[in-house]
Amino acid sequence: MNTSIDAPAPTAWGRIATDGIWNNNVVFAQSLALCPLLAVTGTATNGLGMGLASMAVMVASGLLISLLRGLITPEVRIPVFVLIIAVLVTLVDLGLNAWLHDLHKVLGLFIPLIVTNCAILGRAESFASRNRVMPAAFDGLMMGVGFTLVLVTLGAIREIIGSGTLFANAALLLGEGFAGLELTLIPEYRGFLLAVLPPGGFLALGFMLAAKRLIDRRLRAPRPATQPAVATG
Amino acid sequence: MSTVTVPSYRKRIGYQAGLLGGFTLIAAALLVIGDIATRDTIALREAEDLQASLSEVIPLALHDNDLLADPITLEGPDGAPLAIYRARRGTEITGLAFRVRGRGYAGPIDLLLGLDASGQILGTRVLSHSETPGLGDKMERSKSDWILVFEGLSLDHPPLERWAVRKDGGDFDQFTGATITPRAILSALREGLVFFAKHRDTLTASAVIQVEIPDAEVLEAAASEVSEVSESTESSAAR
Repeated sequence: MNTSIDAPAPTAWGRIATDGIWNNNVVFAQSLALCPLLAVTGTATNGLGMGLASMAVMVASGLLISLLRGLITPEVRIPVFVLIIAVLVTLVDLGLNAWLHDLHKVLGLFIPLIVTNCAILGRAESFASRNRVMPAAFDGLMMGVGFTLVLVTLGAIREIIGSGTLFANAALLLGEGFAGLELTLIPEYRGFLLAVLPPGGFLALGFMLAAKRLIDRRLRAPRPATQPAVATG
Repeated sequence: MSTVTVPSYRKRIGYQAGLLGGFTLIAAALLVIGDIATRDTIALREAEDLQASLSEVIPLALHDNDLLADPITLEGPDGAPLAIYRARRGTEITGLAFRVRGRGYAGPIDLLLGLDASGQILGTRVLSHSETPGLGDKMERSKSDWILVFEGLSLDHPPLERWAVRKDGGDFDQFTGATITPRAILSALREGLVFFAKHRDTLTASAVIQVEIPDAEVLEAAASEVSEVSESTESSAAR
């Protein structure tokens, strides 16, 4: 946390993006949103649906809370944020059910779970309430992208190990055009139940967190080594 | 971020309470508007869903009426009111469908059971469940063909005691790794068939609604029949 994000300079936009997707990722760095994460990532398709729905709510809540930040006092901010997020989620749920009913049948399970996503409240508190509207919406988008990537990856790992398929039922979520996305990687696979059940989610998440740390260490390692080399030369 | 000087009125409890109250009011208003704007459409969509499920358990060729038009309500096996959708060709009842519920591994399993007038299963489909994905969800039509084995069966075919999974000495395959789910479905279907057998006369009695206006003779006969029936019910009530 060495640079502050007061003005949306070009570097700040880039920082919001890298923070959202990698450095300050909702799951990897903040360890938030684990309830919806573990509940829905039985398949990559479910992960994608949950990720997209959460992303939409994150952008909208970032926008609204940033707009209203001059009005809301610190003392009552948390109930007001909770209220705004809950209303948004309920309206999205009703609207989808009425006008995009087929999509709602697939996503309907996930939408109420978005309320349990404390990452949305976390971003409202730590970013949207302190920044201008556009950066706040962009932060919501990038946090959503980061969350979606984790959901899809975790869903894919559990789906491949657990049932030998990838993106099963993707056509239900994305439309018939995406039927080609549905792969059966291991034909005649008997299935490995543990991966599909919640314990499998915790195990896979543990391995993913470890992998993220390893990658971070690799990325950081060369830097101290190059500096002495420059100094001697 | 630098600390912005907050106007003093904002620190008062009245402002805080007013702010929270105002937001709650706006939120409630938005939810009411949202509910009003979507309620009818959602009801319509749900009716379409039910129509689609009904058409899966009662073949189109079997009826010429709108299944959703006049359901009758009876006390179901669990004591709660149960809506029964009847398929008719002309005035003759050719089939009917109603919801049955089994207790699955992770919660209730709701099924729609379609029967013909003789009590044979025309088809059955799972409407909702919360079974383990990849394990207990093989009863969904989109996941496997398992649910189709019930077509053409009835309460005495196979005999009642064989309406169970193989593990319990019955005739039906459980799926690998899941016995509780098929057991729940079987008991739900069995319950539905018993319910039908119990109320068969009420359920398959020719519809009272007649589309064409009948001749005077028929009307008279029907009227006398009705009075007979009401007399008999009166006398039975007196008894």
